[in-house]
Amino acid sequence: MDLLEYQGKELFRRWGLAVPEGQVAGNPEAAAMAARALGPVVAVKAQVRIGGRGKAGGVKVVSTPEDAHSAAESILALTIKDHPVREVLIEAGVDIASESYFSILLDRAARTHLVIASARGGMDIEAVAAETPEQVVRTPVDPLMGLQNFQLARILTGLGIPKESRKQGADAVRRLYRLYTEAEATLVEVNPLVVTGDGEVIALDSKVSIDDSALFRHPDFAAYAAPGTPDSQESKAAEQGLSTFVKLDGDIGIIGNGAGLVISTLDLVDLVGGRAANFLDVGGGADAEVLSNALQLILADGRAKAVLVNIFGGITRCDLVAKGVVDALGAVEVRIPIVVRLAGTNAEAGLSILNQAGHPMLFPVGTMIQGAEKAVEATR
Amino acid sequence: MAIFVDRDTRVVVQGLTGEQGRFHAARMAEYGTRVVAGVTPGKGGQQVDKVPVFDSVEEAVSGTGANAAVIFVPAAHATDAILEAAASAVPLIICVTEGVPVHDMARVYTHLSCGGSASRLIGPNCPGVIAPGRSNVGIIPGSVASPGPVGLVSRSGTLTYQIMDELTSMGIGQSTTVGIGGDPIVGTDFIDCLTRFEQDPETEIVVLIGEIGGEDEEKAAAFIAGNVSKPVVAYIAGFTAPPGKRMGHAGAIVSGSRGTAAAKAAALEAVGVRVGRNPSEVAGLVAALT
Repeated sequence: MDLLEYQGKELFRRWGLAVPEGQVAGNPEAAAMAARALGPVVAVKAQVRIGGRGKAGGVKVVSTPEDAHSAAESILALTIKDHPVREVLIEAGVDIASESYFSILLDRAARTHLVIASARGGMDIEAVAAETPEQVVRTPVDPLMGLQNFQLARILTGLGIPKESRKQGADAVRRLYRLYTEAEATLVEVNPLVVTGDGEVIALDSKVSIDDSALFRHPDFAAYAAPGTPDSQESKAAEQGLSTFVKLDGDIGIIGNGAGLVISTLDLVDLVGGRAANFLDVGGGADAEVLSNALQLILADGRAKAVLVNIFGGITRCDLVAKGVVDALGAVEVRIPIVVRLAGTNAEAGLSILNQAGHPMLFPVGTMIQGAEKAVEATR
Repeated sequence: MAIFVDRDTRVVVQGLTGEQGRFHAARMAEYGTRVVAGVTPGKGGQQVDKVPVFDSVEEAVSGTGANAAVIFVPAAHATDAILEAAASAVPLIICVTEGVPVHDMARVYTHLSCGGSASRLIGPNCPGVIAPGRSNVGIIPGSVASPGPVGLVSRSGTLTYQIMDELTSMGIGQSTTVGIGGDPIVGTDFIDCLTRFEQDPETEIVVLIGEIGGEDEEKAAAFIAGNVSKPVVAYIAGFTAPPGKRMGHAGAIVSGSRGTAAAKAAALEAVGVRVGRNPSEVAGLVAALT
C-alpha cells in the first residue's frame, strides 16, 4: 500500500522524526488559509501516489496567501500520470543548508533490507546512480541483527551530513529504520532529507509503502487506503472480496484463477490483437457465487465488449465455475459474448452445465488461444 | 530420480485439521504420497482420514520419521510453522500459505540461510513439488502430470498446471515440477532448482516459467550461461502488464523500468534460452527438443 506524502509524514512524526509544519487542503480557499497560518513562504505540493510530480508542475513555492490560492487552483486541476490531484499539502518554508537522499527498501534480489544514501539530495536517484555510482552508498542491513553503528556511520558519510549535525542525522536514520521495520514497510524514502541553517535534520518529502500482507497487524493504517471514487470498479471489487482486481484500458473483460494464468491470458489477448479491460484473479477454490459476482462486476462497468473466463481447475471446480457463469446470466441481462474456457477438475461437468444453459451469448471454447481469439473477434 | 521429493518422502502436514490441510492431504495420499502425520497444536491424539495428528512437529518426526513438511496454516502463523519444522531439522519444508508478511520472510530466510539450518524451504505462496508417479507434496493437481524428461520450475500455480497439461497431452512427461512461489522473498529460487535439474540424470530439458517483478529471471539467465548444459525453454508472463500495478501475486509488479517481461525474455534469449510467447508455444518448443 503506497501512502500519500502527508500520510508518510504522519508516520514520520509518530516515530519522532522532524518534518516541516503543514496542512492538507482540498480547495484553493483552504490552501490560502493554511498559507496565512504557515507563511509567508510556503510550498504547495500535489498529493498523489506516483513520482514525477515536480516535473509535472505539481509543486510550487509561493510567498503570499493569494499566490498559494492560485497555485493550489492550478495544481488541483492537474492529473499526474493518470492520478487526479485531489489534495495539496501546504508546508512552511524551510531554510535549507544541505540536501541528501535516503531510502530503506526490501532488496528482493539479495533477500535483505537495503539502505541507500547519497549526498545528491533532491535528484532522481536512479539518474545519480547511473552517472556517478560512487555517490550512491548502498548498505545492506541484516534483518535479524538490525542496523549496526558501523553501518550508521557509513550511511551518514554517504548522506554527506556535516560534522556538527551528525548526532541529529544519526537519530533521524535510527528512527527511519525503526519505522521501516515496525510499520512493516517495503519502502521508506526521504528525498530530500535536509540539514537546516540551524543544523537540524528534517524530512522534506516522504514516500512510504507498507507491505499489504502485514496490514492485518496494523489496523490503524486502514485509514491510509486509497479511497478511490466511491463508485469505482476497484472499490466495488474490493467490497465483494475480489481484491486482486486491476483496471486496464482495453475492452475485453478477463476473469481467471491464479495470478500467473490471468497475466498470461492478458498477454494472449494482446498477441491476437485485443486489449484487456481488467485483471481479475478469483483465486483458488472459487465457488459459483464468487464467479457470478466477478462476472456481474465486469458487466456492470459497461466498458467490456466481450468477457473471457479462463479457468484451469486444480482446487477450483469447473462445475461450480460454470454454475456461477450461468447464475450471472440469469441475474442480469447480457448483450455481450461471454467466452468460457474450462480445463482441469470437473471440466466436463462444467461444460455440460454451460451447454444446458443454452444462452445465446455464451460461448464455451476448448483452449486458451481459442478463447482469446473468440473474445477478440467479438469486439471487432 | 527426481529433485526434492521421491517415493521415500514421508510428509507431515502442518495444519492437517484445517479445511485446506485436510482436503489437500487426502489428495496427496490419493496420488500415492506417503502422508504419515499431521500437526495441530492442542489436537494431538486425533486422527484425520486415518493420519495421526501430533501437537508438535518434533513429536510427529520422532513418531513417524517424517522427512518433509507441508504447511497449510494461516499467514499469521506461517512463520512459526516454518521455524518449528526447521527446529526439528525437517530436510524439506514446503509452505503453501499465501500472504505471509515480507519482513517475517526476510528474517526467516536469513535465519535458514545463515544459521546452518538443515532445512530447505520452498515457498511461501507456492503450489509445491510433484515427482509424477511418485510423490506429490502440495496442491498441484496430479491429473496434469506424467513421468518423463522435463524438469519444470515456476513462480506460478495454475499457469504451471496449464503448461504441464499441454506437455502431458503431447506425450511429454516431467521428472519434477517445482512451484517456487510468487512472493518477493521465497526460500528456494530458480538457481537452486536449475542446479538440481542440471545434476539430475533423469532431467533432459528444463522449462522455466517466470513472470514480471524482481530480477530472479535475469539472475537465472546469468547462471544458465555458465552452469547449465541442458537445453532450457522459458515462458515469461506479463508482457502487457502496466507498471506500478500489483498483478495478483505480491511479487508480480513492474517497478518503473525494472522487472519487465521484455527485459527478462531478452536476458534469457541472450544466453540461448528459447522463450515461448504463450503456453502452447512453450510446449511446442519443448516437443521440438525431444
